[in-house]
Amino acid sequence: MPTIGTLVQGKYLDSVKLMLISQEIRQQSGVQDAVAIMATTENKAILKATDMLLPEFEGALETDICIAVKAETEELCREIIELVKVWLQKGLPGAVQSETAEFQPRSIEGAVKQFPEANLALISIAGKYAGTEAEKALDKGLHVMLFSDNVPLETELKLKQYAIEKNLLLMGPDCGTAIINGTPLAFANSVRPGKIGIVSAAGTGLQEVSSIIHNLGEGVSQAFGTGGRDGKKAIGGLMLLFCLEYLIDDEHTDAIVLISKVPDNEVVAKLWELIKSTRKPVVVNFLKSFEKPALDNVYPAETLADTAQLAVRLLNDAKSAEQLKSVLSNDSLFPNRALVTLPKSPERKYLRGLFSGGTLCYEAQFVYHQKLGDFAFSNAPLEIEYGLNDVWQSKEDTIIDLGADEFTVGRPHPMIDFSLRIKKLEEESRDPEVAVLLLDVVLGYGAHLSPHLELDKTIKAIKKDTDIVIICSVVGTDSDPQNRQEVIKTLQQSGAVATTTNAEACALAVRIIQAIRST
Amino acid sequence: MSLKDLEKQPLRVVNLGLQAFKDDLEKQGVPVVQVDWQPPAKVDAAAWEKVLLNSDKIRAANAKVLEIIQQGSPVLLGLDIAKNVIPDMQDDLILHAGPPITWDRMCGPMRGAIIGALIYEGKVKTPEEAEKLAKSGAIKYAPCHEHNAVGPMAGIISASMPVFIIKNEAFGNYAYCTQNEGLGRVLRYGAFSEEVIERLKWMEKVMYPFLDKAIRSLGKIDLKSLIAQALHMGDEVHNRNRAGTSLLFRQLAPAILRTCSVVENAAKVLEFINGNDHFFLNLSMPAAKAILDAAGKVSHSSIVTTMARNGTDFGIRLSGTGDEWFTGKALVPDALYFPGYTKDDANPDIGDSSITETAGLGGFAIAAAPAIVQFVGGSAADALKYTQLMYEITFGESQNYQIPALDFRGTPVGIDVLKVIELNLTPFIDTGVAHKNPGVGQVGAGVVSAPIEPFLKAIEGLVKSL
Repeated sequence: MPTIGTLVQGKYLDSVKLMLISQEIRQQSGVQDAVAIMATTENKAILKATDMLLPEFEGALETDICIAVKAETEELCREIIELVKVWLQKGLPGAVQSETAEFQPRSIEGAVKQFPEANLALISIAGKYAGTEAEKALDKGLHVMLFSDNVPLETELKLKQYAIEKNLLLMGPDCGTAIINGTPLAFANSVRPGKIGIVSAAGTGLQEVSSIIHNLGEGVSQAFGTGGRDGKKAIGGLMLLFCLEYLIDDEHTDAIVLISKVPDNEVVAKLWELIKSTRKPVVVNFLKSFEKPALDNVYPAETLADTAQLAVRLLNDAKSAEQLKSVLSNDSLFPNRALVTLPKSPERKYLRGLFSGGTLCYEAQFVYHQKLGDFAFSNAPLEIEYGLNDVWQSKEDTIIDLGADEFTVGRPHPMIDFSLRIKKLEEESRDPEVAVLLLDVVLGYGAHLSPHLELDKTIKAIKKDTDIVIICSVVGTDSDPQNRQEVIKTLQQSGAVATTTNAEACALAVRIIQAIRST
Repeated sequence: MSLKDLEKQPLRVVNLGLQAFKDDLEKQGVPVVQVDWQPPAKVDAAAWEKVLLNSDKIRAANAKVLEIIQQGSPVLLGLDIAKNVIPDMQDDLILHAGPPITWDRMCGPMRGAIIGALIYEGKVKTPEEAEKLAKSGAIKYAPCHEHNAVGPMAGIISASMPVFIIKNEAFGNYAYCTQNEGLGRVLRYGAFSEEVIERLKWMEKVMYPFLDKAIRSLGKIDLKSLIAQALHMGDEVHNRNRAGTSLLFRQLAPAILRTCSVVENAAKVLEFINGNDHFFLNLSMPAAKAILDAAGKVSHSSIVTTMARNGTDFGIRLSGTGDEWFTGKALVPDALYFPGYTKDDANPDIGDSSITETAGLGGFAIAAAPAIVQFVGGSAADALKYTQLMYEITFGESQNYQIPALDFRGTPVGIDVLKVIELNLTPFIDTGVAHKNPGVGQVGAGVVSAPIEPFLKAIEGLVKSL
């Protein structure tokens, strides 16, 4: 099939708009593959990897847009390219134009001039520019939530040092979730105000814990994200410590949750030192077992669900952990959860996890390891030797994070766009050795508004053709923009097992695998 | 807001990036401002690093420049013949708009205007002779800007043309500009037919002495005040000068009547001014020039003190680099064309009139001129947006010139080349459009954004001076 490319100069669109356009091109009939992407060095590498780096793109400037279309005929390619040029200028047909009569400032400085009361900047532009803009926001006295990834480590350190000097938050980079003064920012859930303060280096971990806290009837004072690298030696836990200190001093916070992959030893020591200064209970989840320090107020938790439950219990001594567990399992929506029918074919013995949340994927592997002692393969493995050689090719038990960079190039995040997950589900269901499909369905702001409708048809089709067990954990609250009850009910009706915590879904999946293998 | 006060204030967000995040926050009733962010223009990393290292020094210099601009007080003192008043003006020197250029690179309208000027000066009789002389090397060319002068479109000033004398009273410097000839077939658009030369002669023999006498009888005319008033009356004093011309007319009329020798000629002069809505342009321009020249040489400043086009190149000068020009290719404006003409007929951007934008007027003040919003998309809201956008690239706001529609906010002034680069946003200029062939004249009017190249070069020049 011919591939034809062209360059468009003097037009900038953010990556999301370009992804939507790319998606639209791929849906045109006769088109096999297509992309519209800014000609940055990184993107050129991506184009090269996908055989779309045409000779005319080699000399392209970073501010140019590359369009490449692979279609049945050259003529069709050219026609599509002309169409794309129109979309670049005028937006996709039917899309709401952001062009309004209202003036949009071009800089943070201009925005603050127009809106002097502003107190937080939410930054989600390309990583290589994000650091400079974050610094400008701090200059202007704004707290910063830095959603962008690909910000250099040294920039992160500089920004965090500067923020702390100015007594400001610098959440991120690569911080997808936070709840500040009750407002969910970026990918976050609608959680009622309450007495539990959270600081988390893990985005979906924060979503899961804050949602379960809400579902247990409690609420959150503040939920800070720090970005995944904060606990590393290079950053020294600057924001973890800064936010923890805030929560310790905060009169509206009675219990604290700390979530991070195991930080550097020195950072851990500093965290314990700080926790020693308070009597507030601190539930700690390092996404791994760890040695409990000799501090009365540190409560280690292994799963995200445990973390939330423990925090709620500590907040309110009247409820025991057992009672709380019964709150969760008495949810009337899941009467038949325990009645899972195992696949009949002895060939079916493998687990395939298809996650959109990085922490949830990590937790799934952790639960797998806890119960089976072995490791699942992954594109983001717990142990490096279990990394997949080809991330597109599962083997044996595989649990992958579809939100990782290698899958999100040129397409929106799987929490927004279900097309890749559906493709993977169909692919895995055709594998005669697959017994269990495990996935997360993340609700909340930023996420797809009707994920159940995206999954319904595929799950039904798989259940019609096979007896593969499909397990979905639904992360979110009843206050989220999606209708959580409806999501759960639809998933159940289409033939999946739906749970309200990721830990439970993972445990169930692993139990099924164990059951199959023990027979 | 320090972290410990976090809870005391409701969240108010500046969103830079994904529009969906703004929409989500708005759904929750959280006030959000979306930044229409774009990547910066690409400059050499080492050069930019040096700029950042010197940012305090640059900022201090810019503050000084802005102060000089704020204090600028242009007044009109009278007229005289160019060679009597313009520094280093000579019989064989022709001044032109924009940055320096040689005959072989000049565009059609500029060549046409030079042909006209040579005929007007009596050096030749026919256009053919004029062209021969023009390229012979016997005639020297220099930018108006290098002689304290400015000229609209081709901007041609020859030795015997009368010029307005403008003084910046705060600093004592002068600026000069010819009298405006009106619209249609005129020298500044490259026309050189007999009627053009005749009109220029009448302006020299009749209008100039009448105007000069009248102005001198008044002592001076305060242009700062006239421009400020014109902005309140719907002018931006570049593409619209109807209010400025009317205000000037009110001051001049009684003075001309009192000082004239022949009443019929006085009437003709007044009719000429009344019939030419752009008469005031040739005063707003030198007024801007006088204001900016005073700020022309402050070391380390990144503020633009000249933007000018010669129909081939677009040139700028910075206060911090003084007389050095930084140029790039002049672009063809987006314009509304007169019936019978299209963009194919248009000459690339030409004229010194962008001195008005440099001083925070013209396109920078388009929000003050709702009558000409058809040039910028048709709605008054579009005009407001353009002016608001220009605040993003200026160092300050004018204390003298205000925009009623923005609650009398001062116009954006002091174009900072650093901000132009950071936002990849170049100045927005109102402009007339000349036919690319000499002798045809104006074919439209519209707007143009300055090209980025001169600004990129200016950064390099500034860095060398640090």
